[in-house]
Amino acid sequence: MKVRAQIGMVLNLDKCIGCHTCSVTCKNVWTSRDGVEYAWFNNVETKPGIGYPKDWENQKRWNGGWERTRSGKLRPKQGAKWRILANIFANPDLPEIDDFYEPFDFDYDHLKSAPQMEAFPTARPRSKVSGQRMEKIEWGPNWEEILGGEFEKRSQDYNFEGVQKEIYGEYENTFMMYLPRLCEHCLNPACAASCPSGAIYKREEDGIVLIDQEKCRGWRMCVSGCPYKKIYYNWESGKSEKCTFCYPRIESGMPTVCSETCVGRIRYLGVMLYDADKIQEAAAVAGEQELYDAQLGLFLDPTDPEVISAAREEGIPEEWIEAARHSPVWKMAMEWKIAFPLHPEYRTLPMVWYIPPLSPIQNAAEAGAIGVDRDMPDVRSLRIPVRYLANLLTAGDEAPIVSALERMLAMRAYMRAKSVDGVVDLEIARRVGLEPRQIDEMYRIMSLADYEDRFVVPTTHREMVEDAYDLRGGCGFTDGNQCSAGSSGGKLFGSRTFVTPTEAMS
Amino acid sequence: MNQFLFGIFPYIALTILAVGSIARYERDPFTWKSKSSQLLRRRQLMVGSVLFHVGVLVIFFGHLFGLLVPVEIYEALGVTPQAKALMAGIGGGIAGVIALIGGLLLAHRRLMDPRVRATSSFWDTAILLLLILQLLLGLISVPVSLSNLAEGEVVLFMNWAFGIFTFDPKAASYIEHVNIIFKLHIILGLIIFILFPFTRLVHMLSAPVRYLWRPYQVVRTRRRKA
Repeated sequence: MKVRAQIGMVLNLDKCIGCHTCSVTCKNVWTSRDGVEYAWFNNVETKPGIGYPKDWENQKRWNGGWERTRSGKLRPKQGAKWRILANIFANPDLPEIDDFYEPFDFDYDHLKSAPQMEAFPTARPRSKVSGQRMEKIEWGPNWEEILGGEFEKRSQDYNFEGVQKEIYGEYENTFMMYLPRLCEHCLNPACAASCPSGAIYKREEDGIVLIDQEKCRGWRMCVSGCPYKKIYYNWESGKSEKCTFCYPRIESGMPTVCSETCVGRIRYLGVMLYDADKIQEAAAVAGEQELYDAQLGLFLDPTDPEVISAAREEGIPEEWIEAARHSPVWKMAMEWKIAFPLHPEYRTLPMVWYIPPLSPIQNAAEAGAIGVDRDMPDVRSLRIPVRYLANLLTAGDEAPIVSALERMLAMRAYMRAKSVDGVVDLEIARRVGLEPRQIDEMYRIMSLADYEDRFVVPTTHREMVEDAYDLRGGCGFTDGNQCSAGSSGGKLFGSRTFVTPTEAMS
Repeated sequence: MNQFLFGIFPYIALTILAVGSIARYERDPFTWKSKSSQLLRRRQLMVGSVLFHVGVLVIFFGHLFGLLVPVEIYEALGVTPQAKALMAGIGGGIAGVIALIGGLLLAHRRLMDPRVRATSSFWDTAILLLLILQLLLGLISVPVSLSNLAEGEVVLFMNWAFGIFTFDPKAASYIEHVNIIFKLHIILGLIIFILFPFTRLVHMLSAPVRYLWRPYQVVRTRRRKA
């Protein structure tokens, strides 16, 4: 047993209102720079839809993630190592920027500088890449916002697999949900495995996956290797970039920016202990539907004395083990089993998990056509098809999703009975296999969602971080090489001196 | 003049190549990259880049072995200078044409595609055009070389290259009387050596061969080992 710690995240989709605050704050902090205008380390998609970049979930097209060979070994779906190297001159699986969207700005200046004319002046779009006029903007990071666009196109969504999707195109039967996405900080990252330079690494202390900007050579295999398409090639600096899980904040015990600013309070952060020796075995199980269970099998119980002593042996600090015992991620994933990994079938063992959303009950139920069992409607009569959620979260296995939705409905019914009628209905709790104590805790963490309950992030030990004395008077966060922004100016090495805001203003 | 161009200039070029590359790797590793523009435009690159790189690689190793393996080894293997020149002419010629087609596709894309053009630096375009010029010079030299097969000119170049690396002061004199086209090819080659550390060409030094035997997952720790 080799115990490692990982900071994981859970997103409660039942509470996501699709406000994009997470995306905007993330963008302001991390990607408001040349070359990554098109990149959103965090983005929110409206489902059903093909998403950003287009059709990202369809690995038949993009070849991201892992595949299991006939001999039971794992190899990146885009090819074994020699194949990845053979594709280095031209990567056949790389999306083009148009699959994300061509970044643009508007000619705002024209609004005030236009001469007097008959028509009202307009601000027309201009490409941020080529600087040329764009006549029509045809795609963007949330183009399908609130079911924008024709159903015909949105229904290409990969999660409709095995669903009779035609009826969901009808106005009366339509459904939608939001899916905020960020890097999964996988236990078995396919991006790191695809990187020819070995620049992508997983941090042993907290499991955050980062790209060493000085080691990245821009071979761009990680972009195609990641099945979630959460690695972005910076076309200005020629290096790949990705979500950093706001590691400087995590190190000081603060939640990531997206979590901190979430107005719906849907995000949870917590420590998970897992057995690093079993990663390969778990990711290579034969059946795709077994992957969810296999990943659960990796997590170690932080209250088990054997695990605690093994964790101490690995040098995991005491606060981290303590934090693991209070981890909301552990409770949701392991104890209540209401959170699930996104697309476990990619075999990357992702660590950003999702609680499936409840949805309104179809009219049929209210008309009495569908059985209602003691205040609790059958979850299969919810507007969002269970199969759709299962395709998203459990490789199509409906049973765990049904159980999770039932538990969430049971929590509501139980708390309603308790606080409105003043009755503790043990029967509801028993039916979904939970203790009343557990339901109370679920209610506290999921519905009240206090800051301290959502974010249980231990600070990184001082002796494990960089000696900050050498960093005094430095440039703050840059892309590397001290103050160089690394983009090509007219200089020999193509470096450009960093300009501070004060200098720019003077 | 001949002594300077082929006896001294090669040392200047090689020194700048080596010292410049080391200095850049050491001083500014963030700029060390292949600078791919595939994300911006896929068209033409898929075919062009593969043809160009494969062709150039064949030519590169052809020159490396052709020039730096001592004449004695070829003699021991029973390869006459004529046979060697023929081999180099045909092999190099085919690879040269492949690389040239690829290079022209890439150059067309770099100059004509608005996205790629807008994001190219001066040296991105210049180095590509220089490489195409060098390919053309190399291809023109092939018929010249094949028409004088009997004279065994190829040995002269081997002696020169070998002489440079063994600090033979007479090195330049070996190729004093070869056709001007060869001389231009060599001079442009040395100029490209000089430009090498200052352009995107450095990415070839990072050919990721080590990838083949490293494990899939890279883990870094900042925990200080006792």
